[in-house]
Amino acid sequence: MTRLTRLTLTTFLSAGLAASAVAQETHPETGDTLAADQTFTYRILDNISSIDPQIVEDADGSDVVRDLFEGLLNQDENGELVPGVATDWEVSDDKMTYTFHLRDDAKWSNGDPVTAGDFVYAWRRAADPATASPYQWFISLMSLENGDAVVAGDMAPEELGVEAIDDTTLEVRLTSPLPYFPQMVVHSTTFPSPQSVIEEHGSAWTSPENFVGNGAYVLTEMNPGESIVREKNDQYWDAENVILDKSVALIINDENVALTRYRAGELDMTDIPAGQFPRLRDEYGEEAHSFPKLCNYYYTFNLSESGPEAFKDPNVRKALALAVDRDIIVNNVMAGGQPPAYVFTPEATAGFNAPETEMAGMTQAERDAKAKELLAEAGFGEDNPLSFDMVYNTSEAHQKVAVVLSQMWKQKLGVEAQLSNMEWKVFLEERGNQNFELARGAWCGDYNEASTFLDLLQSDSGYNDGKYSNAEYDQLLEDALTAEDTAPLYTRAEEILAADMPVIPLYHYAGVYMIDDSLKNFPVNNIQFNWYSKDLYKAAE
Amino acid sequence: MLIYIIRRLLVAIPTIALLVIAAFCMMHLAPGGPFTSERPLPPDVLANIEARYGLDQPLWKQLWDYFVNIVLHFDFGPSFVYKDRDVNDIIATGFPISLTYGSLAFLAATLVGVALGIAAAIRHNTWIDYFAVSLGIAAQALPNFIMGPILILTFTLWLGWLPGGGWNGGQWQYLIMPVIALSTSYMGSIARITRSSMLEVMNANFIRTARAKGLPQRSIIWRHAMKPTLLPVVSYLGPVFVYVLTGSVFVDLYFSTGGLGQAYVNSALTRDYAVLLGVTILYGALTVIVNLLTDLAYAWFDPKIRY
Repeated sequence: MTRLTRLTLTTFLSAGLAASAVAQETHPETGDTLAADQTFTYRILDNISSIDPQIVEDADGSDVVRDLFEGLLNQDENGELVPGVATDWEVSDDKMTYTFHLRDDAKWSNGDPVTAGDFVYAWRRAADPATASPYQWFISLMSLENGDAVVAGDMAPEELGVEAIDDTTLEVRLTSPLPYFPQMVVHSTTFPSPQSVIEEHGSAWTSPENFVGNGAYVLTEMNPGESIVREKNDQYWDAENVILDKSVALIINDENVALTRYRAGELDMTDIPAGQFPRLRDEYGEEAHSFPKLCNYYYTFNLSESGPEAFKDPNVRKALALAVDRDIIVNNVMAGGQPPAYVFTPEATAGFNAPETEMAGMTQAERDAKAKELLAEAGFGEDNPLSFDMVYNTSEAHQKVAVVLSQMWKQKLGVEAQLSNMEWKVFLEERGNQNFELARGAWCGDYNEASTFLDLLQSDSGYNDGKYSNAEYDQLLEDALTAEDTAPLYTRAEEILAADMPVIPLYHYAGVYMIDDSLKNFPVNNIQFNWYSKDLYKAAE
Repeated sequence: MLIYIIRRLLVAIPTIALLVIAAFCMMHLAPGGPFTSERPLPPDVLANIEARYGLDQPLWKQLWDYFVNIVLHFDFGPSFVYKDRDVNDIIATGFPISLTYGSLAFLAATLVGVALGIAAAIRHNTWIDYFAVSLGIAAQALPNFIMGPILILTFTLWLGWLPGGGWNGGQWQYLIMPVIALSTSYMGSIARITRSSMLEVMNANFIRTARAKGLPQRSIIWRHAMKPTLLPVVSYLGPVFVYVLTGSVFVDLYFSTGGLGQAYVNSALTRDYAVLLGVTILYGALTVIVNLLTDLAYAWFDPKIRY
């Protein structure tokens, strides 16, 4: 480039910038001056599984899909339901039939209108065995009429309990009056998909050149291992209120490298590696965020036939749970503002009142004393020490937690815990086949309701790897499916867990992120971490 | 010579087939599968998915179908994990990237390594020698996973000269750090091998004869010492070339280059069978070809070798 052209270009560019700065309005609500460059760049760990709403199965993928497609309902910054393609809905008296009214100005990015039929197509597609969606089970979870039969291939997808009454009216029939059903249509599996495009291009419909969506953004670049770029969709019904022009996910596997790139100004948001939050908080102040997340972290006892005899005694389980100083784990190991856990369900879950458990009310010294007492009662002591294996999936943070746990047990109770770690898939296989004694577990809620956690410990749950079984507990969850007020049932269920102690809750997750000061409106109060690029904007620095 | 090449290529086919069979068996022996997940899929759902990918067939049939699809359609199958993509597509996007920064790193390592080694040998026991040797050892001792973050810290955070990662179609700014990170340790080894080989050659009888004839030093080094010096280097370079292309996992990890190395390791971790096999075949074929080229290069470097 010659000096002259460079000069001209610079002048031209700065003139352009100046012009747009003048033209830049302020934010209609907050009054912030908007930055000229409305690009949001954030880090994700790995390639996403898909951008097909019915196929996607990972959290990072769902974040992208939430920008590219819009479901019936969205969530606001607090996780409350707000209109999406549906403006409102009615529910029948028996709470088994939902009627959603769709806005008539919603459009696909190719200009076609979004109709109730697009939702019917998508939901049938998700349930259809031919689609082979890994989230096919979500249709069963939604309790859609004939859902199980369609998933099993015993009925045609057309039999599914979802129907387009007309272009803007969608009727959904359920088999049980799920109180949290409206929350479920925020999930990407329920987003509409463009039938004509899918039929024309087959599985290649998700590539940027073929892509058609109804979200606030369209897919413009997909660079595996490098980046995913989505840009504002002018056809979106509310495009005039969308401020952010571009949302870019950079795939950076190493979180420390990502942090370096954040510090170099290449990212607006990145994860804080375990243990580094206090240091970054000192250095960057408010840019280092910690907020509760709808996930728990625990260890599960193997209570099945193959599990150790000692674990069948609730006193042993309680002793181990009591002797854990959770404050050390959350303050010294994780150090990211994670709340210590004395119950299974995160306390921030909507409509959940955690019971006052005995353990939570004690000081650590009292807990330790009680633990010693219980373990002695169970017949373990210096001459007969309790010994078991504990296993976690390979990760630096999990290792730290496991080492701390085993040390606490050793020092306080004389318990010998042998640690081993396994690669993820091996770990899942072994835990799923009850080839373990004590194993790490964690779960993030599929929807913001306590049953998404408590269901895991139901006797017949596929996730119940410890094979815990309690008839009263099962009955409570069964009742909760149809109860008017579920809160007392869930509280009681937690009380049973506190008495039986089939798992040792350790802490509830926190979202620990660096978020650049210029990025506004990131929904840190949405405990499900469902965020939409359309709600974000960048303020001028 | 031609017959030799054809024979070597023909032998390669059963070699690669055996490699695939071995990889296939090891893959299926590893616990867990592509659809093992934290939430165990209901049996109906799992059956649907397995049927879709042919995993409900007996293993021998899966392997047979796999070969048939490759031979007849050059189709390496779909990815089980990245549902929007198939193996051909993953290789087609990832391999050119790996090939680009891999070749550049190979070139840099060879040129700088050989130059350093020769300089060190010619100026044996002078500061140039010491400098080259310590540089070589340092480069070799610095592991990739330290090199990556250090480069990013230096050039991106402190100096602000280079982007901290990405590929961007292979623009030069994005190439510098991956190439440095990948080439240094090989550069060190090449320098060491070249140096000791050259020292040995310079003490050989034919060099003494050349000196006795009164040939100038330059002519001795370039005309007589060079080829025998490079012979052990070439035998080292063959595998290195394959390594820089295949061993580039850390480059992909640290620099988000999107190459094939990361796809390969991920496919093993996620049990993405088809991707794992496809990339194994590619790397196998690459190894066979590079080995053949190395052997042919021998003949050029050493006239005593004939095929």
